[in-house]
Amino acid sequence: MSELLRRYGHTLTWTFVALTAFWLLVLVILPQLYLLEESFRYYLPVADIGGPKDVYTLDNYRSAFEQPTEWKLWLPFAWKPIILPFEAPIRMQVFVHTLLYSSITTIITLVLCYPVAFYLAKVANPKNVPLLFVGLLVPMWVSEILRAFAWFIILAFKGPLNMGLMGLGIIDSPIRWITGFNSVTFGLVYVYLLFMLLPIYNAVQSLDTNQIEAAKDLGASSWRTHWRVIIPHSKPGIASGCVMVFMLAAGSILVPTLLASTQSRWFTEIIQQAMFESQDWNTGSAYAFMLLVTCTVFVIGMMRVFRVKLSDIAR
Amino acid sequence: MSAGVDLQNVSCDFGSFRAVDKANVAIRPGEFFSFLGPSGCGKTTILRMVSGFIDPSEGQIKIGGQDMNGIRPNKRPTALIFQNLALFPLMPVWENISFGLEVRGASKDVRRAKAEELLKLVDLHGAADKAISQLSGGQKQRVAIARALAVEPSVMLLDEPLSALDLKLRQHMRAELRAIQKRTNVTFIYITHDQGEALAMSDRVAVMSQGKVQQISTPQEIYNAPVNGFVASFVGENNIFKGKIKSIDGGKCSFETDAGTFTASLGPAVDAGTLARLYVRPEYSRLQATPAEGGNSLPVTITDISFEGNFIHVHAADKTGRHVTVETRNDGKATLPAIGSAQYLCFDAASARVLADQGMKDPSIDE
Amino acid sequence: MNAKSNWLFNLYIFIFLLYMLLPLAVMGGAALNDSRFPSVYPWVGFTDRWFIELFQDARMWEAFRNTILVAIAVVIISVPIGTAAAILINSLAGKTRTVLYALMVAPILTPGAVIGISTLLFWNKFGVNAGLHLSALGQASYISAFVMLMVLARLQSFDRGLEEAALDLGANYNQVVRRILLPHLYPALGAGAAIAFFQSIENFNTTLFTRGTYDTLTVYVFSKVRSGITPTINALALILIVFTLVLMLYFEFARRRRERALVARAETKEEVTIAQAVGLDQPQAAFPPTQ
Repeated sequence: MSELLRRYGHTLTWTFVALTAFWLLVLVILPQLYLLEESFRYYLPVADIGGPKDVYTLDNYRSAFEQPTEWKLWLPFAWKPIILPFEAPIRMQVFVHTLLYSSITTIITLVLCYPVAFYLAKVANPKNVPLLFVGLLVPMWVSEILRAFAWFIILAFKGPLNMGLMGLGIIDSPIRWITGFNSVTFGLVYVYLLFMLLPIYNAVQSLDTNQIEAAKDLGASSWRTHWRVIIPHSKPGIASGCVMVFMLAAGSILVPTLLASTQSRWFTEIIQQAMFESQDWNTGSAYAFMLLVTCTVFVIGMMRVFRVKLSDIAR
Repeated sequence: MSAGVDLQNVSCDFGSFRAVDKANVAIRPGEFFSFLGPSGCGKTTILRMVSGFIDPSEGQIKIGGQDMNGIRPNKRPTALIFQNLALFPLMPVWENISFGLEVRGASKDVRRAKAEELLKLVDLHGAADKAISQLSGGQKQRVAIARALAVEPSVMLLDEPLSALDLKLRQHMRAELRAIQKRTNVTFIYITHDQGEALAMSDRVAVMSQGKVQQISTPQEIYNAPVNGFVASFVGENNIFKGKIKSIDGGKCSFETDAGTFTASLGPAVDAGTLARLYVRPEYSRLQATPAEGGNSLPVTITDISFEGNFIHVHAADKTGRHVTVETRNDGKATLPAIGSAQYLCFDAASARVLADQGMKDPSIDE
Repeated sequence: MNAKSNWLFNLYIFIFLLYMLLPLAVMGGAALNDSRFPSVYPWVGFTDRWFIELFQDARMWEAFRNTILVAIAVVIISVPIGTAAAILINSLAGKTRTVLYALMVAPILTPGAVIGISTLLFWNKFGVNAGLHLSALGQASYISAFVMLMVLARLQSFDRGLEEAALDLGANYNQVVRRILLPHLYPALGAGAAIAFFQSIENFNTTLFTRGTYDTLTVYVFSKVRSGITPTINALALILIVFTLVLMLYFEFARRRRERALVARAETKEEVTIAQAVGLDQPQAAFPPTQ
């Protein structure tokens, strides 16, 4: 702080501090704290606020664990759910599916993107890379909702995918793609793919090509070079991509709304339901907070697993 | 316009580290004054205190007799030339030079005229509209000097501004700086770790080590009459002998070493009890086939000869393996001793000095 | 790498590009198909009616206007905040810096729905009802972080000696900032403003909870998609795709032209181009995730 005062004097320093404080306190910290506080209160008519019924409670969170029903577990790429021999709270089922398919989305995007990132950073002719990026980034500039909408059209029962596959003779009758979590996974992967690609590309690109050549020169196979040299170097990028894709997928509203079937619900829909249909903002806060905690745990978990700092993930 | 700078008992602490310890320096108006020392000796800290970027922990800094305590850098009559010059990359040359006038509210015409005038002074006529990135190293140097002169400072502070230049250019710029200083008669305070620069340009030099000012003197005196072992060995080369003082006789002493007993002049603040060494410069040493009559002689064997053009360095070793060097001028006629031949290293008592180990980082410097 | 695996690799990249672009082609193509339901198959016939219908939709124009208003507000809020925060954190070190940095980037890692709900609840407590102003505040809370990161990156290449030099030459603090620091930051500020603007336009999740009864473009598209899909959405998409493509190609060719000119002049000038600003040079910086 004395450093700042010395460089910019009192007026400017306090302007900087005030702007930052406004941001962090008024726009970030206090709203989140208030969200947390509200999540422990009852949803009450205005007349009762401050009255004897206005007490702290865990009921909002408890509601996520109520209404046990038959456990219908959707496995990846399944066209039918597995009925498990016990019951589980309906919202918890949604929560578990959300986590499961956000994770699956993360893994698929990682597997799809790593070779592309490597290609762009180390294989492709540097002259062509900007043009390749134009091709890759156009979907990114077209908004998220339209990207999801594109898949809504493609996966329609009489859509181009079914027609194409039938035309090629691969299938005889159209497939109902928008069943279970398949279409949601398709959509999430496509919509958030580039948030995996770009950080990994940046990380691989920062690796000195001599190191790759040195590894090959010392007799390492391609696989071994990737495993021992390139992937360890790209860890921050991989962690960054995984965190982003998971957070975006778990918090997505557009993709599940457009591409989910009636049986496959997403946790954000539960939140929306509480906020808009029941108008119960307190329960909505509790569910939102659960989502926040989940994402935070995931971020911390990735930082531990990959041994990277927060400044490596968000930069 | 030039002003003197007085440092009175100035110290500067960074946490528990004392960067400058009780410096007392009186710099005269119009003087070219250098602080010379190895990196980390506190010379840059002194410069930053004078310019106002660091406040002294104790003591007083006066410029032109006025106490500078509490006066911010932008209000001091000093101009600093940074080690990396810190030219503003987004401004053309003339805007760089006249920046100090711009912030004082001078009109564009005045600024432009001043910039042109100063460009002439530093021999860069016609470069006013160039971008900084288009200039060579030496030209950047001149722009930095012109920019500092534009605010008509009473004191110019220069932080090793020549260190980024190559050798030839550096030597040229030395003369240039000196000439500009004489022309403008501004007090120059120059920071360097290069003894050649300090000796060649300065009216007076302060040699520093470990935050302490070791000696303030003219270049000749610094070189010829160093006050302690640090100054002697930091400025110039020496053949150094460890030992102890046997007897003192006026300004001379008898100094006993494992290679024999020598007579030498006694440095300041040295007596029989002081931890001291004998220093003799290679150019004051000579090699003879026979021991010097009544003088200092040390039998040595020639190990190597390096011919450097204008100088010849002859390296030798005595029976204990101690390395000594003799420097002779190449006058085109000198006959060189054969490698492996036995000779005597001789030097006069007047050119050998017994000096205290004060200011030395590492007292085992000759081992 | 041998020839065969190289060939496979190129094939994979080709398929990947197809995978990225074909959906857009399908979506854009459906805008031109004279079919009530957006599809390219069966191809009924070429039409421009979906564009006409789109342009006649007053609700769309209002949503468009709202989107631009919110985006401008977000730029006005988040650029000064992000810049101030970057300057602040750049002069800090140690634990304070770590904690403050974590707080600043946390909104990027927070789901947009959570940001939207917390913003809605918090301001409601002070009697501020939902509306576009809350959308702007909610969006600014995480978009400021992107601006902060971009300015911080630019600050790392700033020689602080320049500020000292200016002070030493007699500049006061405002002059130092205006003449020395800000000119250095301009490229990052421009890029930050562009990112903030496009991020705001893109935003759905935060807006959904804070918008009250107002529409923005994303919300408009969303409600259209939910209530009986017509190919007007595809018309909008096609316009966006073409606009984006033209813009990106323009910047790419401008970059190439400039590169050639630079080689010809063989001099480097301190300037940051729009291509850099929109991120063709550092793609990641230009495409932060939408909350």
